[in-house]
Amino acid sequence: MVKTFKTGGVHPAGNKISAGKAIEELPLPKTVNIPVAQHIGAPAAPVVAKGDKVKTGQVIARSSGFVSANIHSSASGTVVKIENIYDSSGYPKTGIVIAVEGDEWLETIDRSTALKADFDLDSKAITDKIMEAGIVGLGGATFPTHVKLMPPPGMKAEVLIINGVECEPYLTADHRLMLEKGAEIVVGARLLMKALNVEKAVIGVENNKPDAIKNLQEIIKDDNRISVMPLHVKYPQGGEKQLIKAVTGREVPSGALPIAVGAVVSNVGTVFAVYEAVQKNKPLFERVVTVTGKSLSNPSNFKVRIGTAIGELIEAAGGLPEDTGKIISGGPMMGKAVATTEVAVTKGTSGILIMKEDESHRRPMENCIRCARCVSVCPMGLEPFFLMTVSEKQLWDKAEENRIMDCIECGSCSFTCPANRPLLDYIRLGKSKVGALIRSRKK
Amino acid sequence: MSLTIIYTIVTLCAIGTFAAVILYFVAQKFKVYEDPRIDKVESALPGANCGGCGHAGCRAFAEDCVKKNDLAGLFCPVGGNDCMARVAGILGLEVVAQAPKVAVVRCNGTCEHRPRVNKFDGASSCAIASSLYSGESGCQYGCLGMGDCVEACKFDAIHINPETGLPEVDDEKCVACGACVSACPKNLIELRKKAPKDRKIYVSCRNTDKGGIARKACTVACIGCGKCQKECNFDAITIASNLAFIDADKCKLCRKCVAVCPTGAILEFNFPPRKIKSEEPADIAGKVTSKPAAPENKTNSSEN
Amino acid sequence: MNKLLTISPSPHVHATDSVNKIMYRVILALVPALIWSVVVFGLDAVRVTLVSVISCVAFEFVIQKYILKVTPKISDGSAVITGILLAFNVPASLPWWIIVIGALAAIGVGKMSFGGLGNNPFNPALVGRVFLLISFPVQMTSWPALHAVDGTTTATPLALLKEGIKNGQPVHDLMSKLPQVSDLFYGNIPGSMGEISALMLLIGLAYMLWRKVITWHIPVGVLGTIFIFQGILWLVNPDHFIEPAFYLLTGGAMLGAIFMATDMVTSPMNPRGQIIFAVGIGVITVLIRNFGSYPEGISFAILIMNAFTPLINAYVKPKRFGGNK
Repeated sequence: MVKTFKTGGVHPAGNKISAGKAIEELPLPKTVNIPVAQHIGAPAAPVVAKGDKVKTGQVIARSSGFVSANIHSSASGTVVKIENIYDSSGYPKTGIVIAVEGDEWLETIDRSTALKADFDLDSKAITDKIMEAGIVGLGGATFPTHVKLMPPPGMKAEVLIINGVECEPYLTADHRLMLEKGAEIVVGARLLMKALNVEKAVIGVENNKPDAIKNLQEIIKDDNRISVMPLHVKYPQGGEKQLIKAVTGREVPSGALPIAVGAVVSNVGTVFAVYEAVQKNKPLFERVVTVTGKSLSNPSNFKVRIGTAIGELIEAAGGLPEDTGKIISGGPMMGKAVATTEVAVTKGTSGILIMKEDESHRRPMENCIRCARCVSVCPMGLEPFFLMTVSEKQLWDKAEENRIMDCIECGSCSFTCPANRPLLDYIRLGKSKVGALIRSRKK
Repeated sequence: MSLTIIYTIVTLCAIGTFAAVILYFVAQKFKVYEDPRIDKVESALPGANCGGCGHAGCRAFAEDCVKKNDLAGLFCPVGGNDCMARVAGILGLEVVAQAPKVAVVRCNGTCEHRPRVNKFDGASSCAIASSLYSGESGCQYGCLGMGDCVEACKFDAIHINPETGLPEVDDEKCVACGACVSACPKNLIELRKKAPKDRKIYVSCRNTDKGGIARKACTVACIGCGKCQKECNFDAITIASNLAFIDADKCKLCRKCVAVCPTGAILEFNFPPRKIKSEEPADIAGKVTSKPAAPENKTNSSEN
Repeated sequence: MNKLLTISPSPHVHATDSVNKIMYRVILALVPALIWSVVVFGLDAVRVTLVSVISCVAFEFVIQKYILKVTPKISDGSAVITGILLAFNVPASLPWWIIVIGALAAIGVGKMSFGGLGNNPFNPALVGRVFLLISFPVQMTSWPALHAVDGTTTATPLALLKEGIKNGQPVHDLMSKLPQVSDLFYGNIPGSMGEISALMLLIGLAYMLWRKVITWHIPVGVLGTIFIFQGILWLVNPDHFIEPAFYLLTGGAMLGAIFMATDMVTSPMNPRGQIIFAVGIGVITVLIRNFGSYPEGISFAILIMNAFTPLINAYVKPKRFGGNK
């Protein structure tokens, strides 16, 4: 029986049109715009100034707290300015603009591509290297990885779960990574297991990637601590809580972290970055991004440097089609629509999706017919129709009672609603208001 | 049969009397003492329960007045000075008359001045759009036009003008309760002191970006050039973060700043048309809503 | 790029389902029973259905346009469903003007007065039916004989049963006068147009379950409760109470359980609540049928439980991920 999570879930069309394209490295752009806030937590503080020369992999902004991360230059050149640039958040944020000159890497980075599987570092050394390299969750949430590796006192990890699910339609970056860099990912998994002091790791992969499952199973066949678990194709299987439920059968309690049930979840891209950081001394300054869409002539998976404008990726994928209605950073279920092609690729950019004009508009909203489909698809067991109504009416205490803060914003409810009601729009608004109320209570 | 009726009547009367006696004693035993003045004060209040006073409703305000026994800091914007004078009379306290206020919307980014650079297709709520991104124009501080302020107003005093896409306040109806001020996610609405004849002068912009960036997004943005501050003889204007602000208490409504502003970011309302200029777009009500672009202004000041 | 890009909050894709599609699937599920009623009652069935559907749609249009002053929206099929269900709940011999009054009660009072689709607390077709039953008891209980040519009327099996028990006849005596179970199943009995054929209604249920229009909880819950409760009563006193299978196949039990109780707007919104709702309907139906003065109780049972739906929704929450605290 293929495992899955029990509550809710939907089945959007997969559209994995770029699954067959091997990862292609894009040439360097002329400038890179690197935001200093590419992660959850406090933005990093710049340590370079206008006119400084930097090398690829050099630290250009330092972590400014425990929950924060370092930022490294993704190319060599001169710092042009430090000013507000647009990123996928929709608002201008501080970024470091570097005019690219050549591609001189820091001498400490090992540029060889041979697999380096052995290591004899201890847990703390591994965690420190991960922290120094600025590794954050590359699945899209961008949570600083070193924080996950340092559980609060009293909590211990029992299993490392590697998220190779990639449940969002269209995205194939993780799929290709598992096919082409499987061995490196397994080494990365072992590094994380050492850092966490666990003896068990499970790589969860959805059943629509049989070649990746087979490849990984082949690589780990002699290591009985790591296993691959094929999972039923259902969105949002890649959600942390849903993945933990499917793999371990445990449900993370409301308001708690996964470590409370002994699990630490990490995306395959993050695990690969951990390998490169620890074994090759390479900080995080590039990642694989899927550029896709039905109207693109060449949907592909590109390895790009952080800070590259998405316009360059779209050009390499065949150019922006005339009938483009929407450009999405991420997947169609949880991605953010962006207004220009000058937005920079950041650590959390998993994909760029081009939507045609005729698929870019919502249908008109109708009355709620109380069909309860939203309730049946919600993976967290919430009642989206009710949360939308109380958010509209600003009844924040009712919203909190009905667990609005448990919402993972997966979008299954809005996806399903036959009356096209903007359920998630209002629930997000409710979450931000209730979140602010909770924080002000704690003070 | 008639005996049955008599028994029924007697039994019911007995039950009724018994219940009434019990209720009387219970009511007396569990009676909550409330100062009778609270009722009197509450009846003097407008009863709108709008929250403009900062309390949960008119009753809560009345309770606070009686409890504190001092009207300092307590004001009902809907009832105004008349109402507070009545409350003061009931409680035998002093009250300081407050200057009436009115809400102003500090954005003049109409579709003409502030072109759209993308289309928003989400739920029609300013709060939702504001948390998603910077808006349909290049100015991230400007009005989103979906009417959260209109929803919040209980006095029918603010409406979106379909031609400009911006909210407009009805001075007659506005009671300065502050509901629209809290509702606006961009903090564009401000309660300003009401001047005679409903005249207003204020900087209709909240853009704190550098001048060049602000102007690129909107032709009537404040660029923080400081000309208005230099011109003002009453020290009413301060410039901070590339944005000018006119203090309503110090402003004497002389309109000199309006004339020198190069972008037309400062608006004047309910003034008679200026005598000098003929190309000025004066309308019948004598309301000038926006100044023409820089060249005409320069001519004007040189004429002055 | 000449055109402006669109920015909207996620998700950016949508399932293909819509309100219209759901309504049309329900109408399709009602078609087998409709065809059977025409076979049995002839043109009368067509007349009643057409009058009912047309008046319901017309009233919805007129009320929306002239009284509520909103853009009329009749294309979503919900008024058509109310029309068909109302027609299914009345005798095929009902005069047209009574049907129109019923449609006005159903749509005007039962649906529009609460704000239109999605806002009504009671099932509109049942509001119409109960209104007619109480206002025109004679016409509403004169059932045409099967394949009647000259307007002869007979009594329904449930009515016969009730009369008989009231007169003190033991059940097994009455059984000889009542139709066979097979007749009940296929629908060769007098009754309201929609309720006579269990088979046709079950075909409709199978279709709706396959197309995921409804879930099994309410139909199985209602029918199961009727069966079990009546079963207990029958075991205790077989002379006074008829066997449960009879109850399942007669009267509006099938129609009510499959089409009326499952109305989305008026039923609870999670499976546990739906079971509670269904059990309530089953219990009240059996009580009214056995101990009340009406031979058929399911319409009242459903309306009573509709009133409980908001309470059920408020207290019976779905199973939360991470545990219900």
